[in-house]
Amino acid sequence: MAVMTYREALNLALREELTRDPNVFVIGEEVGLYEGAYKVTQGLLKEFGPKRIVDTPIAESGFTGVGIGAAMVGLRPVVEMMTFNFALLALDQIVNSAAKLNYMSGGQYNVPLVIRGPGGPAHQLAAQHSQSMEVYFYHVPGLKVVRPSTPMDAKGLLKSAIRDDNPVIFIESETLYNIKGEVSEDPDFLIPLGQAIVRREGTDVTVVAYMGMMYRAMEAAEELAKDGISVEIVDPRTLQPLDTQTIIDSVRKTHRAVVVEAGAGFAGMGSEIATEITEEAFDDLDAPVLRVTGAQAPMPYARNLERLKTPTKEKIADAIRRVCYANESR
Amino acid sequence: MAVTKVVMPKLSEQMESGKIIKWLKKEGERVQSGDILAEVETDKADVEMEAFGSGVLRKILVAAGNKAPVGSLIGVIAEENDDINSVVAQAGAPAPAAESGAAAPRDGKAAGDAKPGMADRPAAVPPQPKSEDPAARKPASSMAPSPVGQRAVASSPREMGGAEMSPQPPQGVPSTGGGGGARVKASPLARKIAAQSGVDLKLIHGSGPGGRIVRRDVEAAATAPAASAAPALRPVAQPAASGPEFEDLALSPMRAAIARRMPLSKAPVPHFYVTSEVAMDRAWELREELNGLEGQPKISVNDFIIRACALTLLNHPGVNASFQGESIRVFHRVHMGIAVALEEGLITPVLRDVHAKSLAQIAVEARDLAERARQRKLRAQELSGATFSISNLGMFDVRDFSAIINPPEGAILAVGSVRRVPVVTDEGLGVGRRMALTISCDHRVMDGAMGARFLQDVKKLLEEPLRLLV
Repeated sequence: MAVMTYREALNLALREELTRDPNVFVIGEEVGLYEGAYKVTQGLLKEFGPKRIVDTPIAESGFTGVGIGAAMVGLRPVVEMMTFNFALLALDQIVNSAAKLNYMSGGQYNVPLVIRGPGGPAHQLAAQHSQSMEVYFYHVPGLKVVRPSTPMDAKGLLKSAIRDDNPVIFIESETLYNIKGEVSEDPDFLIPLGQAIVRREGTDVTVVAYMGMMYRAMEAAEELAKDGISVEIVDPRTLQPLDTQTIIDSVRKTHRAVVVEAGAGFAGMGSEIATEITEEAFDDLDAPVLRVTGAQAPMPYARNLERLKTPTKEKIADAIRRVCYANESR
Repeated sequence: MAVTKVVMPKLSEQMESGKIIKWLKKEGERVQSGDILAEVETDKADVEMEAFGSGVLRKILVAAGNKAPVGSLIGVIAEENDDINSVVAQAGAPAPAAESGAAAPRDGKAAGDAKPGMADRPAAVPPQPKSEDPAARKPASSMAPSPVGQRAVASSPREMGGAEMSPQPPQGVPSTGGGGGARVKASPLARKIAAQSGVDLKLIHGSGPGGRIVRRDVEAAATAPAASAAPALRPVAQPAASGPEFEDLALSPMRAAIARRMPLSKAPVPHFYVTSEVAMDRAWELREELNGLEGQPKISVNDFIIRACALTLLNHPGVNASFQGESIRVFHRVHMGIAVALEEGLITPVLRDVHAKSLAQIAVEARDLAERARQRKLRAQELSGATFSISNLGMFDVRDFSAIINPPEGAILAVGSVRRVPVVTDEGLGVGRRMALTISCDHRVMDGAMGARFLQDVKKLLEEPLRLLV
């Protein structure tokens, strides 16, 4: 175990996998000479050379397509999106090629590809660079979608993603790159895809949240503990496939649930999870499942408006009080 | 231009007053005919009350949580411009009022005038309007038969014109019932815990939004009585627990209704009883044969009895009759009340036109009624209008018993268990299935011989049960 940043944990995962498997390579904008827009690929060009760490032109559709082709013939590319908002330019490659080739070739090809990079709201990145891009991908059959909230998860899940034989969308966060946490230095340490984790144990309400929202839910939970409300926090970690069982088990215990997501709420992850809970644990519910989500509006640039658009600790705490039939604070 | 009076509907035979659980429309809100205006708690069920006219709900005269006598004005639907002052003023004393301060200015002076009369707080209105000041009661009863709003609410069949022989509730009543069954708002978890702990959600006040019953409400209700019930169940030899020696349980609306109604039957209605024993061997065999047929609804012994009584009543109209004070009303159709035991009391849903129904139809419909009775999901019109009733305690291994007549019906049949008993046959002593039937009759309507002849014919049908199939 070592304490390191989320960024360092990702870097370590890449280094270990590049070392372990000669078929692994990294491709994307500024990943080599510049060592990554967010320095996730720091030192890799020097260590593994330009054939393994490949700088590309600004052409997301093109280099994603290169990654898919390479994956089809046996390599294990890690495609970096400078931010995941740019993956919109490669949507056809991802949705129509990466996700479907295994099916449409009758299993003759598989696409062991990882597309990774930061996504979701950060600090004043405005409408085009603050989107919770996971919603575009977890709807597509054939794609796995990972959102790791801690340095440990970043490492363990990225390694599992690289070793997975099918395409994995791996969305990090600008706001988390600098957080620190304990990380296993074991090169064989993996966290399987599709396993949620209980981040905080509680008895009164289950809050499902990931990435930055998970940390805000933690703060809300600390505050509510003073009022005697015991909050359990479940971090799904992988959104597709979703570990419904861990969520349901928690709700069966607490009888109430709040789902938090940074993006707009309509047909979002919160809707999906709320529905799963209702279908699987209806008779265990003492209150409707509530969602705390971003507003149905483009992300404003202004800091005060950005705060209004995004779920805050206070909004999460209020939702928790509501499902607990406790008085709202304000 | 139509001013529609909203009056407290008569939702069951026994109903004398109803409590507004809540208004689903606000003053000033536009309503369409058929919209659900409010939920009303009667002695038997919670019922949704429909609007009979379209317009704006201009005035609510009885606030949620308050009671109002049947037929009294509880609200007014009209267009924005309509003058409703005179209608509101008429409301006068009988309607326990809402706190109408906020609403009063809209309706000007007349509403203001009406206010003092309506100022009684809900607690001041006793559950039994009959015990009210007669002067205060009077306007209500005089209002009931003369509703201004089309279709408002007519009273019980008894009060209808003499030409109306059908005991079916008048048009207005079913439409007020409007298909609304009893509906308790409770979280799924609260329902589950209530079912497991035997707590009746009907009796609990919900602390959640909109009165939703949530877990803590059920748990509070479950722990309170359970704690005191436990010592009571201990054998006497056990050292006495330190709990209280007794407790006074509040009457549920249903229990209160039964307590109020039964003396009104047993004391003024001169009961007499006739008992007969029926050989049920053939009916039993026939029932087993029928129930062995694939695709047939399962038929109970009670279904046989319902069918037998329905057919017999057509030939004995004197038993299918009701005492009307100056006359005896004889019914030409049979609407059968079927007593269903509930945790908190009993309810008698009505199977209509049962004389025209086959055994299979009776089986299906009676089971549906009983199930919905247990879930308190009966519609208002299913709770009134019986011409004869059956009460069956056969499932409790009861030899025989006698039942109390449910006025204005003229008779009720009490059914005991089908028991295997020694019987004397031509060959000697054998084993047979026997069942006791006891009819309770209103002596003002019929005499012993009439009851006995009726019973004889029921017995004949049950002992030659193929007759029930043709």
